[in-house]
Amino acid sequence: MNFAATLRIALLALRVNKMRSALTMLGIIIGVAAVIVMIAVGGGAQARVEEQIRSLGSNIIMVLSGSMTSGGARGGIGSQPTIFEDDAYAIGREIEEIQAAAPTLRGSGQVVYGNSNWSTVFYGVTPDYLEVREWAIAEGRGFEPAELNGAGKVVLIGQTVAKNIFGDASPLDQVIRVRKVPLTVIGVLERKGQSMTGQDQDDIVLMPISTARKRILGAAQAKSRSVSSIMVKVREGADMGIADQRMRELLRQRHRLQQGQDDDFFVRNLSEILQAQEASSKVMTLLLAAVASVSLLVGGIGIMNIMLVSVTERTREIGLRMAVGARGRDILTQFLVEAVTLSLIGGAIGILLGISGAMAVAELAGWRTELSTASVVLAAGFAGAVGVFFGYYPARKASRLLPIEALRYE
Amino acid sequence: MAKALIRVEQLAKEYRMGSNVVPALQGVSLEIGAGEFVAVMGPSGSGKSTFMNLLGCLDHPSDGNYWLDGEEVSRLTGDELAAVRNRKLGFVFQHFNLLARTSALDNVGLPLLYSDLPHAERDERARRRLQQVGLADRLDHHPAQLSGGQQQRVAIARALVNDPQLVLADEPTGALDSRTSVEIMALLQQLNHEGITIVLVTHEHDVAAFAGRIINFRDGRVVQDHANSPADAASILNA
Repeated sequence: MNFAATLRIALLALRVNKMRSALTMLGIIIGVAAVIVMIAVGGGAQARVEEQIRSLGSNIIMVLSGSMTSGGARGGIGSQPTIFEDDAYAIGREIEEIQAAAPTLRGSGQVVYGNSNWSTVFYGVTPDYLEVREWAIAEGRGFEPAELNGAGKVVLIGQTVAKNIFGDASPLDQVIRVRKVPLTVIGVLERKGQSMTGQDQDDIVLMPISTARKRILGAAQAKSRSVSSIMVKVREGADMGIADQRMRELLRQRHRLQQGQDDDFFVRNLSEILQAQEASSKVMTLLLAAVASVSLLVGGIGIMNIMLVSVTERTREIGLRMAVGARGRDILTQFLVEAVTLSLIGGAIGILLGISGAMAVAELAGWRTELSTASVVLAAGFAGAVGVFFGYYPARKASRLLPIEALRYE
Repeated sequence: MAKALIRVEQLAKEYRMGSNVVPALQGVSLEIGAGEFVAVMGPSGSGKSTFMNLLGCLDHPSDGNYWLDGEEVSRLTGDELAAVRNRKLGFVFQHFNLLARTSALDNVGLPLLYSDLPHAERDERARRRLQQVGLADRLDHHPAQLSGGQQQRVAIARALVNDPQLVLADEPTGALDSRTSVEIMALLQQLNHEGITIVLVTHEHDVAAFAGRIINFRDGRVVQDHANSPADAASILNA
């Protein structure tokens, strides 16, 4: 008995009981669609975290100023300027695990150009900053050494600032005022998108650290050479923990801290936080898929239920088929193919429904969803497996009927 | 007598019902030649149905031997018996046993599904057989769209489609009115004239009268086995 004939028999049997077949399929349809939508939602969350990791730059550690205690009241992070530009250069120079260490000086203020103005944050940086953040310049150029050392009146601006100040016009070579100091725009940064805390990373102005210190932040900062933070990039493949440790030791030594004295700085491993987030979103994806799989399992039990009813109902038919020459395995194949056809058709509809469902979730709830071929293949394969697994028992039952008893069954 | 198509020796069958052993057939020995038209008669419980099931290779005997067309079939496995049924036997049942919502053509072609014939050849043979039983214009009809007599004709066409050596008919007229019964018997007689061996189970003497030999069963044994000059069903219809 060839396969095409078996398939035809199965399709015929399913068509004869349209309503019942449709209801049985519904279980599989919902199961498969649920698996696909859930994996898409989980995948979307995961992709978002991955994107944040990319936009932050990989393997990043932040060093922040320590806190000051005055009269019993403890200030927050950065309340006391304890880290300095030279700390950054020393870290970059002396620790081999570190690829680059970028000192930054942070401030905020109004940016003015012609009639338009915009409140934003600015950073005094060195070229290492762009390396650490893996941030490229979309148009224009970077800082020249002369500008870095000589407090050059130049800035790089982020996409959001460019758009709000200049609209569609080119910002290059235009002069903007930051806290009333005129600075020439020499370049526009590439788009970075949102940070993990939801901040717009493109709402930024970068200038040489010397410029920020001497021309904008004023006298208090001009002497001390203290910085707001140091952003450190660990070399690809190097151990973050060891780099972290070496850096602490170096800073303690430079700051002449005694044994037992607390660190006068804070170290934040941002990549670690994001990796933890990524891991948790992976777990969530798995969990969602597992819950959805349960509904697929329930759908499979529905198939088994209907196939058992079908075998009982069609006992005489089975007897007749046996009388005219069907062997046990022919009957087994027939019922198995019926069950698998049921689950595969259900699976196909479920895939379509799942894909449109994922799109609907993205559209209506505004969640990011990520459809993956793997999840579709997985769901389809699982549906087929459910058909075989839950179809086998009823099919076997059918194939073991005795021809005379089946023929006489009332 | 012609060459024996069926030979059974001391064929016995007993059923177990809990601790009771019920003997259904107790040592039946007989031969049926190729081309014979035999009616098996007897009251219910006489063992005639058991005998038919054994002849039809639908059941294993408890004891004894059965040669069909020279092949000892009483010791074959289930799958081998299925192959024998497929190649050598045709069945006609009291309640037709046609597949519902399936065309006459597909119903007739059913046995060929299990003998690896190409699709076109299967349809061609089924069409020829339906033509032979006078239903050439009903190929696409479903059983529900056919009369009882027509349904039984479809069933007969199905029994013939694999060119069997033996057609077993179990009360083929049991569900039909008397005129239709005679029509069916005329068809069976015609097939018999064309050389097909037919064994028919019935409890009606009117039906058995169309056979050339009548075997009576009682309590699991053959009590009478005699030749019969058959009534001609075709001429009754024409009268």
